[in-house]
Amino acid sequence: MDFALLISILAATIRAGTSLLYATIGEIYTERAGVLNLGIEGMMLMGAVTGFATAYHSGNALLGVVVAFMAGAGMGLIHAFLSITLRADQVVSGLALTIFGVGLSSFLGQRLGPGGGALVGLQGPHFSRIPIPGLSELPLIGDPLFNQDLLTYAIYFFVPLATFYLYRTRPGLNLRAIGEAPRAADAMGVNVTRLRYLYTMLGGALAGLGGAHLSLAYTPGWTENITGGRGWIAVALVIFSLWNPARAVLGVLLFGGINAIQFRMQAVGTTIPPQFLNLLPYLLTIIVMIAVTGYEKLSRSVGAPAALGQPYHREERGL
Amino acid sequence: MEHQLRRETPLVEMQGVSKRFPGVLANQNVDLVLFPGEIHALLGENGAGKSTLMNILAGLYHPDEGTIRWRGKGVELDSPRAAFEVGIGMVHQHFMLVQPLTVAENVTLGLNDGRMILDLEAVAERIQLLGRRYKLRVDPNRPVWQLSVGEQQRVEILKLLYRDVELLILDEPTAVLTPQEAEELGETLRQMTAEGKAVVLITHKLDEVMRFSDRVTVLRDGRVASVVETSQTTKAELAHEMVGREVLFRLEREEVQTGSLILSLRNVHALNKKGLPALQGVSLDIRRGEILGIAGVAGNGQQSLAEVITGLRTVSEGQIWVGATEVTNQPPLTAIEAGVSYIPADRMGTGAVGTLSVADNLMMKSYRRPPLSNGQLLSFDAIRGYARYLMESFRIAAPSPETPVRLLSGGNLQKVILARELDAEHSLLIAAYPSRGLDVGATEMVRRHLLAQRRAGKAILLISEELDELLTLSDRIAVLYEGRIMGIFPAAEANIETLGLMMAGEAIGNQIDSLVKSNQQN
Repeated sequence: MDFALLISILAATIRAGTSLLYATIGEIYTERAGVLNLGIEGMMLMGAVTGFATAYHSGNALLGVVVAFMAGAGMGLIHAFLSITLRADQVVSGLALTIFGVGLSSFLGQRLGPGGGALVGLQGPHFSRIPIPGLSELPLIGDPLFNQDLLTYAIYFFVPLATFYLYRTRPGLNLRAIGEAPRAADAMGVNVTRLRYLYTMLGGALAGLGGAHLSLAYTPGWTENITGGRGWIAVALVIFSLWNPARAVLGVLLFGGINAIQFRMQAVGTTIPPQFLNLLPYLLTIIVMIAVTGYEKLSRSVGAPAALGQPYHREERGL
Repeated sequence: MEHQLRRETPLVEMQGVSKRFPGVLANQNVDLVLFPGEIHALLGENGAGKSTLMNILAGLYHPDEGTIRWRGKGVELDSPRAAFEVGIGMVHQHFMLVQPLTVAENVTLGLNDGRMILDLEAVAERIQLLGRRYKLRVDPNRPVWQLSVGEQQRVEILKLLYRDVELLILDEPTAVLTPQEAEELGETLRQMTAEGKAVVLITHKLDEVMRFSDRVTVLRDGRVASVVETSQTTKAELAHEMVGREVLFRLEREEVQTGSLILSLRNVHALNKKGLPALQGVSLDIRRGEILGIAGVAGNGQQSLAEVITGLRTVSEGQIWVGATEVTNQPPLTAIEAGVSYIPADRMGTGAVGTLSVADNLMMKSYRRPPLSNGQLLSFDAIRGYARYLMESFRIAAPSPETPVRLLSGGNLQKVILARELDAEHSLLIAAYPSRGLDVGATEMVRRHLLAQRRAGKAILLISEELDELLTLSDRIAVLYEGRIMGIFPAAEANIETLGLMMAGEAIGNQIDSLVKSNQQN
C-alpha cells in the first residue's frame, strides 16, 4: 500500500466520520442522562433535509446548520415528552421516531424545493474544504486533518470539550448521576426531569447537525435516505465507546476507516469480500458488549448507565 | 432535659400533615415537633407512615394537607434542594448513592458553589476534616461500589454534614450494621446533638429507642399514637402504643428430639455474581427437628448459601447432600424433589411472580403432579380448590384466588410463599430473612410457623439479620463472615456481644470464653 493511498483513506475516514461523531456524542449525552434514543437515524435525516432546504433557499449554509440543529432538537423534544413525561417505552418511541423521520424527510424532500417541488438533484451552498495554510502541508497528516470543512474543524474542539464537560464539571457530574441513579441525584437536589429533557434534546440536535454535515458538506445535496444507516452505526458506536466521548473518536475512526478501506480495496481488487469488512465494526461492538456485561467489575466502572431506559418518577413507591 | 428543651424554639413543627397514596392513607393529621439538640425516635410498625412523614420533611414527597414550620417560620419544602437549603437532610433506608462515582463526587453532587469546574481535591479535604470530627472515616477518592455497607452509610451522613444540615433524619440506620457499628453510630449522633443539631431516628426496634433517643413519637396506622420522653417510658409501653395491643415477646419453644441428618455441606466454595468468593469452605449439618440460625451482616455469603443448596448457584468446590441425595450443582428441581422448601429473601423476584394470580403462585411447586394436573394439562377446578384451601389455612387476605399477587401487602405475599413452601412435601426448610419488613403480627405468625415446622421434625436453615429472632428460634447459631463460618455454637450459650464480634470477623472458631475475655481486656 503506497503513501498516497494511505493519506486518501485517512482523509476519507475523517470526512465520513464527522457526521457519525456528532451523532454519537449526542447519543452518549442522552444515554448518560438515562434516556435511550433509537430515533437517531430519523433525526439525522430530518437535520439533513431541513438543513439543505434552508441553505438552498437562504443561500446560507450556516443558517442551514442552525435549522438542522433545531429540527433535531425538536425531534428530541418529542422523544423526551413521550419517554420522560408520559414514561412510554423508550425503545418503541425511538423506533417510531426513526420511522417517522424517514417518512417525513422523504416527504419534505419532495415538497421543499422551489415552487413546492423536489429537492433531489438540486445544488445549493455547501461547506467546501478549506486547507489551513502551513498545517495542511504537513507530511502524512497534513491533508487528512487540515484540509477539511468547517464542521469537521469544529469537531476537533468539540470532542475535548464534550469530554471535559462530562468528567470535570459540575453539570457533567449531575449528568453522569441522573443516568446512574436518578433517585439519588434527585435526593441531592438535581432536577432529573429538566436535565433529561435537556440532554435528550441536545442529543437530537447533535444528530440533526450530523445529518446537516451529510447534506451540506460530505455529499452536498439531498437524496432520500442520505444517512444510509449512519444513525444506527452511531447507536452501536455509543456502546463501542463505552459512553465516553473521547473513545467515540476511536470508534468513529475504526468504523469510518473500514468503510473507506473497503471502497479502495474494491478498486484495487482484493479477495476479501467488502461485506465482510462491513460487518467487522458490528462484530467488534458485540465483542465489547460481551466483555462489558460479562464482568461486573468492568461494567461498574465503564458499563452502561445503570438507569438507562428507565423512566423516573419521584413519588412512585418501589416494592 | 425536659426544661432545657422546652425553653428553646422548636426547630421543626409539622402540623396536621396528611399524605395519600393510591389506595393508602399513609399519614393522617400528624403533628410533630422537633427541638435542637435532641435525638428524636420515630417509632412504628412497617407501614405506619414513618418514612413517608420524613420523606415529606426531606422534600421528596409533597403533603396533601398540613403545614411545616422551621424555626417558627412557615416553609414550603417542595424539593430535596429546598429542604437542604432550609437545613434538613435525610439518610434513606435504601442508600441514595451513585455507585460508579467516588465518595467525593457523591458528596458534592447537586451542590451549587457557583463554579462550573469541579474541585474534587477541596471536596476530599473537607470530607476528611468532617470524618475526623465525627468519627466517620472513609476514603474520599474510592468509588462507592467498592465500599462496605457501613462505609456507604458514613458517606450518606457525610453528604448531609457537608451541607451543614441542622436536622438529620436517619431511616432504619442500624439495619445494615453490626451491634458494634451501631454503637459507633450512636456516638457520632451524640456528637452532632451536642453541637445543637437535631436527629430523627426512624426505627421499629425498641432497644434502639431506649438506648439512643431523648424523646419518642410513636406512629400507628399513619397517626401519632403518643409522644413521650424516653426516660419516662418503658419498652412494653412503647410496644403497646406501637401495635395497639399487648405484645408477647416470648414464643413457646418446646424441647424437640433431633433426628437423622438432613442437610450436610462439606467444604463448599462458590463465587458471587461479581466473580468474587462468596462462600469459602462452608461445612455444616442440620438434623430433623433442628433450627440452625445463620447470623451475619447482610452480604457476607448468606444469599449464596441459600442459593447453592437450592440449586440456584454453582458450587466451585465441595459437596452438598439433602438426605440421601447429592444436590451439588444439580438443577433446582433435584433439590425440590430431594425435599427442599425455600423462602427466599427476594420475595417478589425469586419467591413469587407479581403479575400471576394467588392461585398460580400457590400451585407453582405442585402443578406437575395430580391432582392439580395429569402431567400435561392443568385441572383448573382442582387448582382453585387447592388455592382456597391454602388461603384459608394460612389466612391469606386476598380478594380472590385470581388476584395478582403484586397487589397484596408484604405480609400476605409472605403468607402465599409460606403456604406454598410449607405445604409442599419437604424435609428441609430454608428461610432467608423470613420476617424482614413484616409488621409485628405477621412476624409472630412467621415465627410460629417456623417453630411448628421444627416440632414436625423438619430441618430448618434460618438466615436472619435480627439477632433476637435467631436467639429465640434457633437451636444452634452459625456466624457467617466473608463466606466463612466463624463458629457454630448452641443458641443458649450465645450472647449478642459475642455474636457481634464474630459478625465483624474478629475471631474464628468457637472458643467463646476466650473471646469474651480478650474483649474485656481490650
